[in-house]
Amino acid sequence: MAEVTVSVDGVKYSDHVEPRLLLVHYLRDVVGKTGTPVGCDTSNCGACTVLLNGASVKSCAVLAVQADGGEVTTIEGMATDAGLHPLQQAFHEEHALQCGYCTPGMIMAASDLLRENPHPSDGEIREGLEGNLCRCTGYENIVRAVRRAAQAGASA
Amino acid sequence: MTAETETPAAPAAEFGRARLRKEDERLITGQTNWTDNIRLPGMLHVAFLRSPYAHARITSVNVSAARSEPGVIAAYSGADFAAEQGSLPCAWPVTPDIVIPAHPPMAVDEVRYVGEAVACVVARDRYAAADALAAIEIDYEPLPPVLDIRTALQDDSPKVHEAGNKSFVWPFAQGDMDAAFSDAPVVLERYYRQQRLIPAAMEPRSVVCSCVGGEFTLWSATQIPHVLRVMLALVTGIPEQNLRVIAPDVGGGFGSKLQVTAEEVLAVLIARKLGRPVKWTETRSEGCMTVHHGRDQWQKITIAADADGRIRGLDVDLLADMGAYLMLVTPGIPLLGAFMYPAIYKMDAYSFKCTGVFTTKMPTDAYRGAGRPEATFAIERIMDDLAAELALDPLELRERNWIKHEEFPYTTVAGLTYDSGNYEAATAKAKELFDYDGLRLEQRRRRTNNDPVQLGIGVSTFTEMCGLAPSRVLGSLAYGAGGWEQASIRMLPTGKVEVVTGSSAHGQGHETAWSQIVADQLGVPFEDIRVLHGDTQVSPKGMDTYGSRSLAVGGMALVSACDKVVEKARVIAAATLEASADDLEWVPGRFEVRGDPDKRVTIAEIALAAFAAHNLPDGVEPTIDADATYDPDNFSFPHGTHLCAAEVDTETGFVTIRSYVCVDDIGTVVNPLIVEGQVHGGLAQGIAQALYEEAVYDDEGNLVTSTLADYLVPSAADLPSYVTGRTESRAANRLGVKGVGEAGTIASTPAVVNAIIDALRPYGVSDVTMPCTPERVWRALQTAQGKQTGSAAEQHAARQSDQTQGNSPQGSDGGEA
Repeated sequence: MAEVTVSVDGVKYSDHVEPRLLLVHYLRDVVGKTGTPVGCDTSNCGACTVLLNGASVKSCAVLAVQADGGEVTTIEGMATDAGLHPLQQAFHEEHALQCGYCTPGMIMAASDLLRENPHPSDGEIREGLEGNLCRCTGYENIVRAVRRAAQAGASA
Repeated sequence: MTAETETPAAPAAEFGRARLRKEDERLITGQTNWTDNIRLPGMLHVAFLRSPYAHARITSVNVSAARSEPGVIAAYSGADFAAEQGSLPCAWPVTPDIVIPAHPPMAVDEVRYVGEAVACVVARDRYAAADALAAIEIDYEPLPPVLDIRTALQDDSPKVHEAGNKSFVWPFAQGDMDAAFSDAPVVLERYYRQQRLIPAAMEPRSVVCSCVGGEFTLWSATQIPHVLRVMLALVTGIPEQNLRVIAPDVGGGFGSKLQVTAEEVLAVLIARKLGRPVKWTETRSEGCMTVHHGRDQWQKITIAADADGRIRGLDVDLLADMGAYLMLVTPGIPLLGAFMYPAIYKMDAYSFKCTGVFTTKMPTDAYRGAGRPEATFAIERIMDDLAAELALDPLELRERNWIKHEEFPYTTVAGLTYDSGNYEAATAKAKELFDYDGLRLEQRRRRTNNDPVQLGIGVSTFTEMCGLAPSRVLGSLAYGAGGWEQASIRMLPTGKVEVVTGSSAHGQGHETAWSQIVADQLGVPFEDIRVLHGDTQVSPKGMDTYGSRSLAVGGMALVSACDKVVEKARVIAAATLEASADDLEWVPGRFEVRGDPDKRVTIAEIALAAFAAHNLPDGVEPTIDADATYDPDNFSFPHGTHLCAAEVDTETGFVTIRSYVCVDDIGTVVNPLIVEGQVHGGLAQGIAQALYEEAVYDDEGNLVTSTLADYLVPSAADLPSYVTGRTESRAANRLGVKGVGEAGTIASTPAVVNAIIDALRPYGVSDVTMPCTPERVWRALQTAQGKQTGSAAEQHAARQSDQTQGNSPQGSDGGEA
C-alpha cells in the first residue's frame, strides 16, 4: 500500500491505497466523488476528465499515487457559493447535454481549453474537445455552449 | 394534408416553448445517480470470465482455485447456474416455425461468440474480482466459427446450433409483381451492405442487485425497467411481486439497453445465492463485445420503373445476421424495416423477404432506428441510382413518385396508412436553406475544371414509422407484448402535481417535456410539476422508452390522465360553487360558472378540498388523481428532406461534409430545444455509420474493434455543423405529435453516401461500401478507373465489402436467401 495525500475540490485527503489504483477509482470509490464517471478503459472517451494541478487529465490514465501532493478539481468542485460555473450554466442554456454521462468530462476539458485559449474559434473548440466523446448531442450544442461560456469570461 | 384529427388538446402556454431542462441541474454538477454510483452495505463485486473462442465446446471448468484468492467470496461456472438460470428471452417469434435456440445466461457446455460469459468471481472489490479470474481453469475444444451470412446457409457450412443456421424466413407481398416487372422499361438491381455497428452508449452497462428476505431490488442501466421486471420473473421464476426494478439515471441507450441481459439475470441469481448485494459494471471492451450490436444485413433491392421514372414495383431480399442467439427483439428488427422500403413513394407492387441467419458473433438487436435506417438507406440509394440512370435530378425523380400532400391519409403498398405529411413543403424549405441550385452550379464548375476535390450532393427524403405501437398490430406481427403507455397524475394537497410515467427516459428530457404538457392540460405552473419514472415501485405500469414512442404514446397517456383529473375535479367544483356541473367551464387551472366568471375555483383549491374531504357530495371519492393507459390507433410517420454536400478528395479519398441541411416534419413540437438536440444526435449517429463506424470480426471470430480506440465513435472534430429546419403537419392524435428520436439517424446515412457517390459518378463509381473510409473511397476510384490496387489493408476491406465498385458482390450467393 502507498500513502497518497491529495486535495480534491478543496478538501485534503490522506489514504493508503494500492499503488495500481487508478485516480478515477480513488475519486469514486475512496473519496466518494462519484460525479466523475468512467466511460472506457483506453482513455479515449474523456468522461473521467478532471483537472490535476490546473491541467485536464483523464483520471482513468493516472494512478492515484501520481496525484500525490497535487490538487484535483472535479465537476463537483466547479460551482461555488455564487452559483454555477459559467461552463455549467452555458451547457444548461445551450442544451449541450442529453443523458449527461459525458458532461462532467466535457466541462472539465472545456475549462482547460478556455484556460489555454480564452476565445477559441468553433474549429478550435472542436479540435480542443476531440478527446471527449458524446453519443447524444452530435456536439453542435456543446460547441455553442463553450462559445457562450468563453463570451461570459469562463477562462477567468 | 392532415387526416381528420381528434379534438385538439388544451391551449398551449407551455407547448412549443424552448424550456431549459429540469434534468440538467444534477447532470452538470456531478450529482447524478448512475447505477455504478450505488454502494450498498456489504456489497460485493462480480467479474466475468468470457470466452476467447467464437465457437467451442467447454470440456472442463474449475473455479476452486479462484475461490481461495484474496478477497474472493465465491466463484461460479455455468454448471452452478444450470438448474436455475433458464434461457434469455426472445419476445418476438416472427414466424410459427422460427428457430429460437436456448440461450443460457452463462454458457454451460458450448460457447458461440467471443465474450460469452463462462464463469464469474464475486469479491470484495472490483480489483480483487478481476484478479481472481486468472485462477479459473477452463478448457475448450474449438469448433469452426460461422462468420459470413452469405455462406452460412450452404450445406457444407459449419453449424452454430444443431438445428442449423437458418432461424426464419419472413415474406410479405402486395400487388402484382409480375405485371410490375415483366415489361418495365427500367429495372435496377443493387446489393447494399449494412455493416455491423456497436451502439456505444457513453454509460457502460451496470447492474446492482440486493436480495432481502426473498425480495429483490435490481438497479440497472436499462431503457426498460418494466419489461425487464416481467422477463426476470419469467426467466428466474421469482414471483413478479417480489421483484422491483429501478432504472436510475441512465446514460444513453440508443436501443442497446432495450435488452434482458445475461448479467442482469446472473446478478439476481448471485444475490440470491449469497444473500448479499452485488454489483457488476462492464468495462468498455466488455461492452463492445457483449452489448448487442446493430444492423448487419446484406440487402438485395430491385426496382422497376417506367421511362419517366414512375416506380412500378420494388423487390427486397434481405439476409440479416442474428448473431449467435435471438435476444429480446432480435428477429423483429429487420421486419420493422419491412414496411418502410416503399418509403414516401407510390408504386403498384412490393415484395419483401427476410432470412434470419445465425453466426458465431454477438447477437444483433435494436440500435437507433432499428430496421428503418436499413430500409431508408436501400430505397434512397437506389432512388439516386435510378435518377442517374434516367438522367433526372434526384429530387425531381422523387417528386414524380412521392405521395402528394393532398393525398393524405394514404395507404401505401406495404399496407401502412400515413396520416399526414407534406413532402413538397419539407423539400422546398430544405432546398432553400441548402442553396441547392447554387451548389449544383459549383458542382458543374468543379467537374468542368477537373478539380481534384469534387463536390457531391446527397439527397434523402425519408419517412419512418414510429410511436411504437398499436397493440393489435404488434399482436398481428407475433410480438410478445402490447404497445400502450401509462400515466398517472397525483394532485397533491398543496396544489403541486406529481406525474408518473411508464416511459423510462435516459437522456430524452421527459421530466421537462412532460411537465410542459401537464402544465398546459391542468393550468398549473411548470415549476409545480415533478415527473417520476423508471422505478417499478413508483411507476408500476409501463412499456418504457424506445422506437420514438415516448411522446406519441406516453405523451398521449398524460393527456388522457389529465382529462380524467379534470372530470373528477368538475364534480367537486360544482359542489364547491353550488352550481350544476354542466354550467361549469374548464379554463385550464380553474372552473368558472358560465356567465358568472367571478364564481370560480382553482384546481389547487379542488385538490385541497378533495384531500380534506369535509364537504364532498355523497358517493364522491376523496381524490382527483387519475390514471390512464393509451394505446395508439396507428403508428406515426415523421418525414423530412435531408441534403448533404460532401467534398471528396479524389487523390486521397478523404470525405469532408461541407454542409448538412435537414428539414424534418415531426408534427407539433412540445420543446424545440429538445427536438433540435434529438435531431443533432441522430444525425451524428447516422453520419457515423456512413463514414466511420464498423464492428469488425477477424477470420477466427474475434472482435477487432473492441475498444473506442478501434471503433470510431466520432468526436466533435469529425462532425460538421448542422442546419436544421422544420415543417409541420399534425399527426392524427390530440397533441399532433409524431416522434423525433430516430429521425436524424434514419435519414442521414443515405444522404451522406449519396453525396459521395454523386461526387464520384463521373469517375464511374456507383457504390462505396460503408463506412466510406478514405481508403475505400480511394480504392473505389482506382478500381473504377481500371487501376491495380493491393495493399494488405485492402484484403480486409474487400472481405468486408466485396463491392468497392459496381453493385454485384463477388460471391454469386450474395444477398440471396
